[in-house]
Amino acid sequence: MNVINIKNISKTYVMGTEAVHALHDVTIQIDRGEYVAIMGPSGSGKSTLMNILGCLDTPSTGLYEFNGVNVSEMNDNELAKIRNKEIGFVFQTFNLIPRSDALHNVELPLIYGGINANERKRLAAESLQHVNLGDRMHHRPNELSGGQRQRVAIARALVTKPSIILADEPTGNLDTKTGDEIMLLLEELHHNGNTIILVTHEEYIAEHANRIIRIRDGAVERDEIVEKRVIPAAAATV
Amino acid sequence: MGMKIADFVYELKEGLAISFQAIRANKMRSILTTLGIVIGIVSVTLMGTAIEGLNRGFNDNISKLGADVLYVGKWPWFTGADWWKYRNRKDVKYQQYEAVQRHATLIKSLTPICWTQGVVKYKNTSSEGVLTLGANDQYLETSGINMDLGRFFNQAEADGGRPVCVIGSEVADNLFPNETPLGKTIRIGTSTFRVIGVVEKQGSFLGLESLDNRIVIPIESFFRRFGANRGIQINVKAVDIKNLDDTKEELRGILRKARHVSPKAEDDFAINQQEMFIQTFNAIGVVVAGIGLFITALSLFVGAIGIMNIMFVSVTERTKEIGIRKAIGARRGTILLQFLIESASLSLIGGIIGIIISYPLSLLINQVLPTSMPISVVAVAILISIIVGVVSGFLPANRASKLDPVEALRYE
Repeated sequence: MNVINIKNISKTYVMGTEAVHALHDVTIQIDRGEYVAIMGPSGSGKSTLMNILGCLDTPSTGLYEFNGVNVSEMNDNELAKIRNKEIGFVFQTFNLIPRSDALHNVELPLIYGGINANERKRLAAESLQHVNLGDRMHHRPNELSGGQRQRVAIARALVTKPSIILADEPTGNLDTKTGDEIMLLLEELHHNGNTIILVTHEEYIAEHANRIIRIRDGAVERDEIVEKRVIPAAAATV
Repeated sequence: MGMKIADFVYELKEGLAISFQAIRANKMRSILTTLGIVIGIVSVTLMGTAIEGLNRGFNDNISKLGADVLYVGKWPWFTGADWWKYRNRKDVKYQQYEAVQRHATLIKSLTPICWTQGVVKYKNTSSEGVLTLGANDQYLETSGINMDLGRFFNQAEADGGRPVCVIGSEVADNLFPNETPLGKTIRIGTSTFRVIGVVEKQGSFLGLESLDNRIVIPIESFFRRFGANRGIQINVKAVDIKNLDDTKEELRGILRKARHVSPKAEDDFAINQQEMFIQTFNAIGVVVAGIGLFITALSLFVGAIGIMNIMFVSVTERTKEIGIRKAIGARRGTILLQFLIESASLSLIGGIIGIIISYPLSLLINQVLPTSMPISVVAVAILISIIVGVVSGFLPANRASKLDPVEALRYE
């Protein structure tokens, strides 16, 4: 079954007096359990696509069905609910709340989801243990390394058991080694049955996915299955 | 939109936590921001305390005048600009008191009053500035006061002009610190009087004049020793407070006749009553409250602008954070609530600081007026500061809640 079903969507911005067509007639389907990379150079429209996929923005025209529900015409609050329950975001710049410790950052989506305090703490702690940060729960973001911060962000994305995890250049602010660790973690999440959408402009990062959708000039240029993937040994063992 | 109570509670708690973090992170800025609120709350609490004190003090004092007593004299209590007009009036004389006594039907009791101030001595002890009143035996009833020791002089003593006196508690304390005053002889001017009673303590009138530093003697004795040709005042207790106006009219008729006022001329005397004090006081109260309200409103307005300003800064500073919160599921209402809580907390902190500052100041007011900071004023102050916070935070909070998540996330 499709988690994501996008049909003929377009997005047009008005910049001053000029209309900019960021996306033009894009159609994509993503199934549950897929690991998809969306690739494209900057200015290709991949960020716009990601914002629409993440329900942060709505298409100008076209249909977007999420789990069979039409979200293309939802209002702000309905979209907020979808983001809260169904989408886990992982950003390039981590986007943690600086004044809150790791545990509270991970709790935050549950607070907005109306989960009671005990349950919340339990789930958040569980999620942090899952990303191997059980011993860093009460550290604030500025007391954590880049890799640790990104793992907190992943724990936050996972904690609501969302339908998709949307990772936007998750290794962009990390060194290669730490970036690899994060990619391993995503690998593992995929193995555990999560649907992952990875947005990147780096070929070698995109190759972690099973499928690569290439965007250029606001349209899908190519949509291909990655045949030969090298699964790192470490990922296979976890 | 179906938002459960539980959701609201979690968001409320989260909002409180966020706002305290934010305020703690910017302590100095927060405190300075609340300055206007602090001043506003100080002024509202002090004004409330002062008005409470004025009212309480006034009510205590005004009851001493008696609601059913009319005070006839040459002077109205509140003269305004017509001082000379009253100054040139003929004195009220003893004969006019006799006319009232003879003809009035709607009165319960009445007494003539005349007075002089001077030194009073007992043996080698003396007391200065004592007011000696001449009155008749009904003085006690028209004044509504009670005896502490001994008795008041009776009608025979009054009419006979006996050399007896009844003294106030302050006079008793000054002249007879270690012995009973009863039966002792004191000197007023060059005349001697025997003390037959002490009036119970009455305190002061509007904090101006002690009512206990007084001596009452029969008016006959007063005339004989200090001279008869003098103006007096007549205190009249009405037979029933409901008919006070009738009593007043009757009194007016008798006095006009006794003083030969021609039918078309206006009264050349004044009939004063407690009501006049109440009216004047209420007018003053309105002015005090008006000034207080103005200062309060002004400083709260300044405070509100300050909070609004700092909240706009805060929203801008935290644009990215708002974007993050929205991305992970915060609704518009969530963000709105968060910033409203923050501005209300800021304002409330100002309010609490204001109350803390006001408390010692209210103790100072207490030196002058019988008051303490009423709990209702504290409650009102807290309520006002919360309302100011919410109102002034609304525009910034609304702006925050309407931020586009994509734009907000991109903000650096």
